[in-house]
Amino acid sequence: MLHALSIKRRRADMKKKMTAAEKNEAMWGWLFVAPTVIGLLILNFYPIFNTVWQSFCKTGDFGKGNVFNGIENYKAVLAASETWQSLWNTIKYAIVEVPLSVCIALVLAVFLNGKIKGKSLYRTIFFLPMVCAPAAVAMVWKWLYNQQFGLINNILGTNVAWISNPKITWIAIGIIGVWSIIGYNMILFISGLQEIPGDYYEAAEIDGATGIKQFFNITIPLLSPTTFFIVQTRIIGALTIFDLMFMVMDKTNIALQKTQSVVYLFYQYAFTNGNKGYGATLVMVLLVFIMIVTVILQKAEKKFVFYN
Amino acid sequence: MENAKTRDQITKILIHIILIIFSFIMLVPFAWMILTALKTNQEAISVSPFYIFPANGWHWENFGKVWQSYNFFVLYKNTLLMIVWRVVCACLTATMAGYALGRLKFPGKNFIITLILVQMMVPSQIFIIPQYLMVSKLGWLNTMAGLVFPGAVTAFGTYLLKTGYQGLPKDLEEAAGIDGCHIGQKFLRIMMPLTKSSMVSLGIFTALFAFKDLMWPMIVCNKSETTTLSAALAKMQGQYGSEYPTMMASAVLAVLPMIVIYVIFQKQFVAGIATSGGKL
Repeated sequence: MLHALSIKRRRADMKKKMTAAEKNEAMWGWLFVAPTVIGLLILNFYPIFNTVWQSFCKTGDFGKGNVFNGIENYKAVLAASETWQSLWNTIKYAIVEVPLSVCIALVLAVFLNGKIKGKSLYRTIFFLPMVCAPAAVAMVWKWLYNQQFGLINNILGTNVAWISNPKITWIAIGIIGVWSIIGYNMILFISGLQEIPGDYYEAAEIDGATGIKQFFNITIPLLSPTTFFIVQTRIIGALTIFDLMFMVMDKTNIALQKTQSVVYLFYQYAFTNGNKGYGATLVMVLLVFIMIVTVILQKAEKKFVFYN
Repeated sequence: MENAKTRDQITKILIHIILIIFSFIMLVPFAWMILTALKTNQEAISVSPFYIFPANGWHWENFGKVWQSYNFFVLYKNTLLMIVWRVVCACLTATMAGYALGRLKFPGKNFIITLILVQMMVPSQIFIIPQYLMVSKLGWLNTMAGLVFPGAVTAFGTYLLKTGYQGLPKDLEEAAGIDGCHIGQKFLRIMMPLTKSSMVSLGIFTALFAFKDLMWPMIVCNKSETTTLSAALAKMQGQYGSEYPTMMASAVLAVLPMIVIYVIFQKQFVAGIATSGGKL
């Protein structure tokens, strides 16, 4: 893509002389993009460089400026076992949330894409969690999971410490994530399904292929661009999980170490403890991690996605 | 023939059963939230007997109490204002930039598109510390300006609108050019109205994102008079986490407005999410 960009730019350089109409167009163009460009520079690009800079600084106390201290933050962050644990926790959360939410959403989407009564009612119900603030969702689930008084333990007749047992808390929070996101994935799948031409299914029908065969031989391959898009956005979304964990996990929770995500750790250092330098370094670790995942996903796209 | 028909019928029934089970799972947390909100604390933490429904009358007054003691009116006002400002800012800047990038030729265009793509690729946590420091230096902590600040422009929305403008037929503009409109008039009168659906998508996306956001309002607005619903819930849980009916009543009040809006504008919501497909 960069190559294509540079060719285009060279072409633009070749015709240096602009006519009056072209100048006029360029002026309007600049006028229209100016607010966005200025905003992006102040709100996003200055912060990127500033975060990088701060990751090399010791945060001064009480408004004192930052002091450059080289790679000390990186040494501290990379040496801390909680950093690696939080990365692993984040991956574990993604392992619960992404496959489950994608698979369930796909099945629901296929069901709702056919001729079925009450389609829009089902769709409304499945999408409902998407319009709820995660803070409220997490509060409700925390109450459902309550060991003594919660609905789940009382209905099942169990006494499981869903959100304070380090061995299962990551699964419990992952399930909240799945519940929250299913409807969103489903809507995207439905719109992907509607783009598959009906003739494929008609032809398969004539050949006598059953519903399940059609699903694996037509739907899955033709839907692969949509599936890939959803998997990609969900993975990146899961790797930056914060709200649910913040609301469910108290700072005194004994499962915290084995559950907290990278962004949770970042929030604690940067804003609860006020150590911006250390927080910035954690963000850099997250950035590198996400870049690696993105590269892997791009490779996977070439291998598994079927474009017409 | 008969066989195939009954087989179809059975499949349909099976599908309905699966869908109903899933609907039930999706609805249980909502039902439990409402039922708990209507109980007394004694009922909520009673194990034997375990009450599914409030035993001694439905305590609707719980909502009134919560509304009063946490000043939900202010929280609603703050959240609504933040959403409105962010939607206005995002739609305005994105439609202008989207038109320029999708329709006009000017030097530096590809560079700007690259900037937008880079912004969309990096995790947004990378912006937060410096954004917070800026807001704090400007003296905007605990103000509406501080809440709206990071949403003043949108890379994602600009890209969405750029795609929208590119999808419009080319001759539209040329016809207007002959009539002697200048580019600004063309944009306002002809092009912008045609991208209404992209604008609605962006508006819904922005509103939902702002409504759900937790970290930013927690950081910049830590007072209960200035903060949003999400951040206020986090605070309440920290203070009154064991008064379950109170907590659930506030959760109901926090999710209800968006649910009502969603049920009314369902079509737009679904279409908006399907076309924008942004990271929520």
